[in-house]
Amino acid sequence: MKSLGSIRRTFAPWTNAEAKPFITFENVTKTFGDFTAVDNLSLTIYEREFFALLGASGCGKSTLLRMLAGFEEPTSGRILLDGQDLAGIPPYRRPVNMMFQSYALFPHMNVEKNIAFGLKQDGMPKAEIEKRVADMLKLVKLEQFAKRKPHQLSGGQRQRVALARSVAKRPKVLLLDEPLGALDKKLREETQFELMDLQQDLGLTFMVVTHDQEEAMTMADRIAIMDKGEVMQVATPAEIYEAPSSRFVADFVGSVNLFEGKVAGQDAGRVKIATASGFDIQAEESAAPPAGETVWYAVRPEKIRISSQRPETAVNAVEGEVWDIGYLGDMTVYNVKLANGQIVRSSQLNAHRTTADPLTWNDRAWLAFPADAGVVLTR
Amino acid sequence: MERLSRFNIVSLVFGFAFLYIPILILVIYSFNASRLVTVWGGFSTRWYVSLLSNQQLLDAAWVTLRVAFASATIATVLGTMAALALTRYTRFRGRILFTGMVFAPLVMPEVITGLSLLLLFVAIGLDRGFMTITLAHITFSMCFVAVVVQSRLLAFDRSLEEAAMDLGATPVRTFFAVTLPVILPAIVAGWMLAFTLSLDDLVIASFTSGPGATTLPMRIYSQVRLGVTPEINAVSTLLIAVVATGVIIASLINKRRDVQRRRDEQAATQG
Repeated sequence: MKSLGSIRRTFAPWTNAEAKPFITFENVTKTFGDFTAVDNLSLTIYEREFFALLGASGCGKSTLLRMLAGFEEPTSGRILLDGQDLAGIPPYRRPVNMMFQSYALFPHMNVEKNIAFGLKQDGMPKAEIEKRVADMLKLVKLEQFAKRKPHQLSGGQRQRVALARSVAKRPKVLLLDEPLGALDKKLREETQFELMDLQQDLGLTFMVVTHDQEEAMTMADRIAIMDKGEVMQVATPAEIYEAPSSRFVADFVGSVNLFEGKVAGQDAGRVKIATASGFDIQAEESAAPPAGETVWYAVRPEKIRISSQRPETAVNAVEGEVWDIGYLGDMTVYNVKLANGQIVRSSQLNAHRTTADPLTWNDRAWLAFPADAGVVLTR
Repeated sequence: MERLSRFNIVSLVFGFAFLYIPILILVIYSFNASRLVTVWGGFSTRWYVSLLSNQQLLDAAWVTLRVAFASATIATVLGTMAALALTRYTRFRGRILFTGMVFAPLVMPEVITGLSLLLLFVAIGLDRGFMTITLAHITFSMCFVAVVVQSRLLAFDRSLEEAAMDLGATPVRTFFAVTLPVILPAIVAGWMLAFTLSLDDLVIASFTSGPGATTLPMRIYSQVRLGVTPEINAVSTLLIAVVATGVIIASLINKRRDVQRRRDEQAATQG
């Protein structure tokens, strides 16, 4: 199996202004009665991209997927696929296939017939169908299960049948609705990588809906974070994690410490923030708002160092009391309570089997982080 | 499992005795050699033989089978359509009213159903006979089919249909390739129910039949009024045999499928 690294590293059509978008949502709104599921949303997705829609349940991500599949029509706005407006085209005429969360395997057909179903609808010659089905079975490693009915398969096998069935027609876009939701954790991790390989091998555009951030981070080229029918941010996993655009995104993906404060001054690309947590923060930020504005400094737990003494070179440091310790094996999480009652989380990688600096409950501890450890957020 | 207490055994025996002694007596006396129904005159199958030459009873049986077959088939189509409409289009006005209206005939006294149909047939000048009995049976057995099919449709995963359409099947093809096969057991069960209901209906048939179209229950009833003959016992025993065989086969098929399914599922989760 070839490595994805070389392809992934160079694949970034969204940075190229001349790249042609493959799927375009243009000011799409969808309402169900009084409920607005998708609110004036615009989004572009590129060919061969692995795109993830991430959000809590009810944020409109599934509705978006169903509109692309043709099961729902937008209340207003347009959806374009490869330059073609999809309005009024029924699901059975769209070059898009979907893998359902429930898998939706036909219970009265065996694995082979399930996979062949879509090909038969296209009137493909019988010999060709047989060959394609055999290829698909090989692809998902289910050759010896061809004659089984869905209820004779385990959850992981059903998931692979559903996948084979949805890619059998070589659709332009494959939509995946919580594709790994029904699998247990270990199987889910293995399958994530299988999906990524499959997407590269077939050269398809994948659009996956998930509520599992780890899943989205692992698989996707870009992630759209959705909330209440709106897109909060679209970016690569690293950008979403390291440079969230809002408190919502920062808080939704991973865990984060937020320090609220007011801009107190600016100097050589650095902003000084006077926080309510009892210390001033020096933050690296070139486009900071004017002095007096309320801002939030968001910093991830693993960017904060914890120690019993104040580190001498620290730009930002604050003292507190060790409130809680969570030992996770690969790392240890410390919750430190500041003088104003705020709990700040710091996680330390357990790179050595024994620590020289054992901190324990109720110890005084210093938390320190450099100026570029976090981002300044205005909303 | 808990052991049966004496009380349980007694209640079981009484319960089953209550249910089955009358039928048992009927079956035993159908093999009675004597012409007198209540006097045992030795074992014989002569009444079954003489049944074959009783043209009136045979005619009635033929009419009954034809009515049952025709009405069950049409009622199954209509009942399935009604069930589809009521489960699928959940957002139209007055849906609850319509659902209630479909199910009302289930609890309607048969006499009233029969009488109202009779009035209707007279009013529109339809000659009473085979046709009117069949129409009447469709009317009341359709509701039973609708109930059976609807319960299956409510458990039906709509994403199966979406998956079929997503893979390129038009709505019509989706219905015949996916929906119909999945709900087929309920449709067959509905058909069998409608068939049995039509087979043993006396009241509605009496109201809606005309000369030349007498069903078996009507024939039996009219003969019994002149006195029970052993022939009637014989024909009733045959009816019981037909119905019992059908019920037993249906439940055996169901049971075997269940067992097979459970075994498969076990094998799948282990393998």
